[in-house]
Amino acid sequence: MPVLLLAEVNNAKLASDAVARALSALSPLGERIDVLIMADEGAEAAAEAARLDGVGQVLLAQDGTLAHGLAEPAAALVASLAERYTHIAAPATAFSKNILPRVAALLDVMVISDVTSIRDAETFDRPVYAGNAVQTVTSTDRIKVLGIRTSVFQGVEKGTVAAPVETIAAMPDPGLSTWVEDIVAVSERPDLASARVVVSGGRGVGSREQFDTIIRLADRMGAAVGASRAAVDLGYAPNDWQVGQTGKVVAPDLYVAVGISGAIQHLAGMKDSKIIVAINKDEDAPIFRIADYALVGDLFSIIPELTAKL
Amino acid sequence: MKILVPVKRVIDYNVKVRVRPDGSGVELANVKMSMNPFDEIAMEEAVRLKGKGIASEIIAVSIGTPQARDILRTALAMGADRAILVDATADVNFDIEPLAVARILARLVEREKPDLVIAGKHAIDNDMNATGQMLAGLLGWGQATFASRIEIAQGHAVVTREVDGGLQVIRVALPAVITADLRLNEPRYVSLPNIMKAKKKPLEECPLAALDVDISPRLKVVRTIEPSNRSAGRRVASVDELIDKLKNEAGVL
Repeated sequence: MPVLLLAEVNNAKLASDAVARALSALSPLGERIDVLIMADEGAEAAAEAARLDGVGQVLLAQDGTLAHGLAEPAAALVASLAERYTHIAAPATAFSKNILPRVAALLDVMVISDVTSIRDAETFDRPVYAGNAVQTVTSTDRIKVLGIRTSVFQGVEKGTVAAPVETIAAMPDPGLSTWVEDIVAVSERPDLASARVVVSGGRGVGSREQFDTIIRLADRMGAAVGASRAAVDLGYAPNDWQVGQTGKVVAPDLYVAVGISGAIQHLAGMKDSKIIVAINKDEDAPIFRIADYALVGDLFSIIPELTAKL
Repeated sequence: MKILVPVKRVIDYNVKVRVRPDGSGVELANVKMSMNPFDEIAMEEAVRLKGKGIASEIIAVSIGTPQARDILRTALAMGADRAILVDATADVNFDIEPLAVARILARLVEREKPDLVIAGKHAIDNDMNATGQMLAGLLGWGQATFASRIEIAQGHAVVTREVDGGLQVIRVALPAVITADLRLNEPRYVSLPNIMKAKKKPLEECPLAALDVDISPRLKVVRTIEPSNRSAGRRVASVDELIDKLKNEAGVL
């Protein structure tokens, strides 16, 4: 039986990188993968999803109640489709973490969060304890509900043929919650979760003004900007830049940690990066234990020099 | 308004977790345990809502071993009015799954009839981030996850949520389930006089059998291993050397 993959749509745009990565994560199942688009305006996203390699069919539900990722109407719709599928999956983003557990409860099955490996149709790996342990679990549920940690998978390519798009109806509005507003951080930089290079700053950066030097370095490298919890709490950077157990999990080709000591909770969000560079004045900082390249020194002289020389 | 706050006893967040060499799990014997940090935030928010005159009673609930009494006493010292311990297992290594926890909480919600459940967004041991959403689904209630601001007015909660790319504000009808994110508040420290007072507050022990919920796991943990270790890196002496290594050795520039 086929697999259902939930795709996120923001302002009519498909979160295609996350969908492409989830498609490759699900490929070991060897089943047809149907992509579900839930949005008020989803036609363009559906057309884009249909062109991704490995997509069997796109289901397009367009309705005002599905516009802002509200859990109640979305979960009701997914649950209504569930019996046709053995697996229901989604990239593990804030969007799906809100919806998937509710879907699982409606189906009386467990949710399996942050899957990093699909061993077979019932067996999955997932990190626990802030990434300090990896569990292999076997599910006895009839439908497997999976959140995919997309950072550890490469995305599939665009295919040559477009899969068919079928329009489906939304469920009646349960009327439990309503959207009020989005307070969106507008950014021209690459998306943190999918960037090839991430430059992150921590407490050591010292101030909001000095965090601009981190941003300048990131911009010079074409990188996304990240931050430790300390930097966010101190107001140097916005919340949605936070990398770690409670923020985003990233695994770029290059992660540059500047003025970040390397608490367990931060490492949980970046230790699968291919190459880690740590720049810190404290040579005993725990970040140096996982860094491939360590530069001990004053970041206020190092960062401008690095920015200038790149 | 009555608020129910589920709290979980977990390994303290500062403890470096050790995985047992035989793959059977992580070492929990003689390890410091505490209230899950997100549950402290949930409890703090409930206490603040009581301080504003919005909440009239706060019930803290924990499900697990009898040792969870400790964190319920902490919740009472923070300001909960009473506590319920669901004595579900004697084995600290048995982590009851979110679906079973949500089912138990749903039973307690039927019994206690709270207007609001505030839970932590996730537990730092199983990292599931599921119980609040599951509870809302089972109850057919609205949900507001990853809350960084909560305002209660006229039978609704207006909740600011931390989402990818910024914040989202939603309005959810009560009763509802809200899950607390890191930046909702700064939990208070419990004072000694409050710890003493908490000892006199009611702590009900409820056997699992009284709730008629099957907690057998749906997920069988086959093994638990350490993540693959990164090989130790190297010191570079200068910015020039760093750029050279990234270009010519790592090939990432």
